Amino acid sequence: MELNDIVAKAEAAVAAATSPQELDAVRVEYMGKKGLLTEQLKSLGKLSAEERPAAGQAINQAKQQVQQAINARNDELKQAQLAEKLAAERVDVTLPGRQSAVGGLHPVTQTIQRIERFFGDLGFRVEEGPEVEDDFHNFDALNIPANHPARADHDTFYFTPKTMLRTQTSGVQIRTMEREQPPLRIISPGRVYRNDYDQTHTPMFHQVEGLMVDTDVSFTQLKGILEDFLVNFFEESLEVRFRPSYFPFTEPSAEVDVRRKDGQWLEVLGCGMVHPKVLAAVGIDSEKYTGFAFGMGVERLTMLRYGVNDLRAFFENDVRFLKQFN
Amino acid sequence: MKFSEKWLRSWVNPALDQVALAEQLSMAGLEVDDVTPVAETFSKVVVGEVTKCWQHPDADKLQVTEVNIGADEPATIVCGAPNCRQGLKVAVATVGAVLPGDFKIKKAKLRGQPSHGMLCSSSELGLNDDHDGIIELPEDAPVGMDYREYLELNDVTFDVDLTPNRADCLGLRGIAREVGVLNRLPVTEPEINNVTAEHEQQREIVLDAPQACPRYLGRVVTNVNVKAESPLWLTERLRRSGVRSIDPVVDVTNYVLLELGHPMHAFDNDKLEGAVHVRMAKADEKLTLLDGNEVTLQDDILVIADEKKALAMAGVFGGEDSGVTTESQNIFLESAFFAPDAIAGRARRFGLHTDASHRYERGVDPELQRTAMERATQLMIEICGGEPGPVVEAKDQGYLPQPQQVTLRKQRLEKMLGITIADSDVTEILQRLGFSVNEDGDSWHVSVPTFRFDISIEEDLIEEVARIYGYHRIQAAAPAAQLRMVPRREASLSASKFKNLLVDRGFQEAITYSFVDPKHQALMFDDAAALTLPFPISVEMSSMRVSLWPGLIGAVAHNQKRQQQSLAFCETGLRFLPDENAENGVLQQAMIAGIRAGKAVAEQWNEAERAIDFFDVKGDVEALLALTGEAEKYTFVADSHPSLHPGQSAAIFKDGKRVGYVGAVHPQFEKKLGLNGRAYVFELELAAIQQRQLPQAEPISRFPSIRRDLAIVVPTQLAAGEVLNAIENVGVNHLVGLNLFDVYEGTGVADGYRSLAISLTLQHPERTLEDQEINTAVKTVVNMLTNEFGATLRE
Repeated sequence: MELNDIVAKAEAAVAAATSPQELDAVRVEYMGKKGLLTEQLKSLGKLSAEERPAAGQAINQAKQQVQQAINARNDELKQAQLAEKLAAERVDVTLPGRQSAVGGLHPVTQTIQRIERFFGDLGFRVEEGPEVEDDFHNFDALNIPANHPARADHDTFYFTPKTMLRTQTSGVQIRTMEREQPPLRIISPGRVYRNDYDQTHTPMFHQVEGLMVDTDVSFTQLKGILEDFLVNFFEESLEVRFRPSYFPFTEPSAEVDVRRKDGQWLEVLGCGMVHPKVLAAVGIDSEKYTGFAFGMGVERLTMLRYGVNDLRAFFENDVRFLKQFN
Repeated sequence: MKFSEKWLRSWVNPALDQVALAEQLSMAGLEVDDVTPVAETFSKVVVGEVTKCWQHPDADKLQVTEVNIGADEPATIVCGAPNCRQGLKVAVATVGAVLPGDFKIKKAKLRGQPSHGMLCSSSELGLNDDHDGIIELPEDAPVGMDYREYLELNDVTFDVDLTPNRADCLGLRGIAREVGVLNRLPVTEPEINNVTAEHEQQREIVLDAPQACPRYLGRVVTNVNVKAESPLWLTERLRRSGVRSIDPVVDVTNYVLLELGHPMHAFDNDKLEGAVHVRMAKADEKLTLLDGNEVTLQDDILVIADEKKALAMAGVFGGEDSGVTTESQNIFLESAFFAPDAIAGRARRFGLHTDASHRYERGVDPELQRTAMERATQLMIEICGGEPGPVVEAKDQGYLPQPQQVTLRKQRLEKMLGITIADSDVTEILQRLGFSVNEDGDSWHVSVPTFRFDISIEEDLIEEVARIYGYHRIQAAAPAAQLRMVPRREASLSASKFKNLLVDRGFQEAITYSFVDPKHQALMFDDAAALTLPFPISVEMSSMRVSLWPGLIGAVAHNQKRQQQSLAFCETGLRFLPDENAENGVLQQAMIAGIRAGKAVAEQWNEAERAIDFFDVKGDVEALLALTGEAEKYTFVADSHPSLHPGQSAAIFKDGKRVGYVGAVHPQFEKKLGLNGRAYVFELELAAIQQRQLPQAEPISRFPSIRRDLAIVVPTQLAAGEVLNAIENVGVNHLVGLNLFDVYEGTGVADGYRSLAISLTLQHPERTLEDQEINTAVKTVVNMLTNEFGATLRE
């Protein structure tokens, strides 16, 4: 058989191979130890020395040609095989992903954490304290002596005449000031309790109180920090006003209102300059140091921020309510 | 404090409309809660006079009247009120009138008789809820005049929510004074003259407790007609202040209380025996109050008494026996100063709160008693007649509040407010407030008038200056402070860290009440005494929680009733354990707890549904413990807990101390707690997991690790944890991994036994382990298991 015919036949066989196995069989048939092209090389010995180089070269060329064809076909087959495999592995990407539940923090916690971050950035440390309090920390040290009318306003849950559920987190300020001298910057978030239950009151709610005591703390700074806070908390430049008020533990005192979209003012904070009797009760020199304190209701801020209109929803823990904040 | 706008404007009339006036008061610290019209809307109601009145021919209870309404013709009106009679001046809704509730008056026929209008009761005009017949107007009421005009009903009531320090404004006089200050206007006070005594009848007054009552004025007024009618102007002012008219004597004392802010009391003089004593009650002394209730007094209650008995609880409530009735003829009027400390809290102790106690416990002007007495006498005589006796005053100057002198330092004012107010402005503000001021270069020396009994220290003056100057004029400034870092202990784990982990694992954070149903708590924690609220919102909220579980179980039950079945809640907060050694007798421990119920894997197309079991929740706990970096220090030990399933509960120990529990809620409580099916809970003391082991890095081995699997058969009773602990402790060199990856019971394993499949991973830090070393290690483990537990290798 002519070399050209062998090559042509081999190429046809390569093209006809439909699997790597068939292709390998073709390779063996032509290029194997006893393959047709290999056999051709063996016949070189019968040729004269002059003819040998040319003939050898032709055979090698033919072998190369066939090997190239095999390699090309091999790549084709591999590609086809991969394509088939990929096609078989195709998924419907619009099917839902595998579900594993992710929960969320309670909205009240989220608000407390936001407040902690705003004040934390200014160097206010978070302090916590007991919820069953004594009358010294909840009242006396805050300039609310026994029989003070403000005590009646607190709807206190008493255990004994001397112990109660705290009505405000201010006791934490007292405890901190008993331990440390100024400069002081703290905020105290936590649960507080009042014996009152209706549409707008729950017997337990949360407050964040803040306290700053230093050598030159003034009312203008109190205004500054609270306006700053409210604008950042609500993320809008809302109108804020300070209205004279009264708390036994601060003087001057103010309530802070923000103007709602409907034009109405809504009270969101109480604040004032720490009363000298409070500083005296914890052994801080009120001539040297002045301070401001403020307190806010966490639920009210949360309601305003997220449009919640029933306070009681916070403690029913209905997942359909809670998941809205995840 | 409620008062009518017109009444206020009769004292001081600023050029401000209603809205601006309310705003001004609020911004001065007298918060206006509400501004409401003094009458509902109605029209075409006029003053009329019943000129004829006869029985309706066909109805027993109706009368037919002819009423002069100032028109050419009288109106014929059918009326059913029993007090309708000829000659009566009445309020007539004429044809075309519209009454509250959009009730239109038209020509009508009642049982055949034409009726052109209606004679009105107060309730029909929305003035009050008085249903006792039609309004009876004074004889001098001008016929035909519009009723709104006649009563000046185009008026509003201001409701001011006063802070406890501003008791001086618990009378119109104080409010008017404040409005005068704010608007720089003079205030016109009503003329109050001394009433000349017309006889000498009087009672001796003895101050037995001068520290509690340093001043007491009494006066006998004889021949008083208590049956007289209070005039309309007075009852209307009372009504607009939310006070009902009772009888003229009570009305007058109430009027003085509203006008001057000074409480008064009137006794029936004929019921008093001998001198009046103001003394402390004797322990267990009895007194029947005006509301008919008998109270038992204590020796810190101040009483007004005569020589025989207690007559009234001073400054709080009068007594029934000495009270004025319509039959009384002679009145003993009291006008006293009681020290706030002697009154404060006493009313509350008896569940009382009166207009008098409200004022006395906050304080009244210690110099106002005589004015109040003269004002009340004057009004009473005008209305009820009678002859006044002399005013008898008993006082103990030593116990009367002394006039206050307060110094305000300029430097202090500036330091507190952070701004500079011109000296002249400060002086002017203080003077406007009625203070007399003496400026000496760096201070103001201020004499405080007695009506501002709330002012006693420098800060009080600073507040007054700031308030009148205007809080809005004090500009805001950022606080300045030295920059100092806040310590942040890296080894401390915050509660949020744990909560966030649970949230990532599918938990929804709940916040439940700290007080729970004692029934639930007693069921679940039979041996734990809980702290109980003596006066709870309800019995179901009366027991302080000893665990966060009752609240979390409640949250699950609440949601299960609302078709939510797969639930996971976590909570952090205090539990309250009675403990004599703890502060205030209660150990308040921060806890972290969780609950799971329903499905572990929700129904979905490519994963099998699965119910929650013990190991889901144990996995949650292990994840929390892993945050400490030393999870191996915590051990789970099968342990029973009254709340938990005896076969599915474990106590968690650290350093030999129990720090928490994990388990299934005891099935016998499920129904009682409102649970629908199994729920799994855990609870840990936060303090026991908040210390983190800071990482100390070790080099990573570059050499291959070798794994060997063992399947051993051991008695089912044997705790797997014990087996794993024993392997860890047997001292195999280079054991870097130990994993129990299968548990099998059934065919091929004898009854009462189970097979545990455990993998050991070995790795040397500096070289490749040799086969012999590995085999020795495995042999050591197997021998130990055989000797310790009788384990056999599974074929």
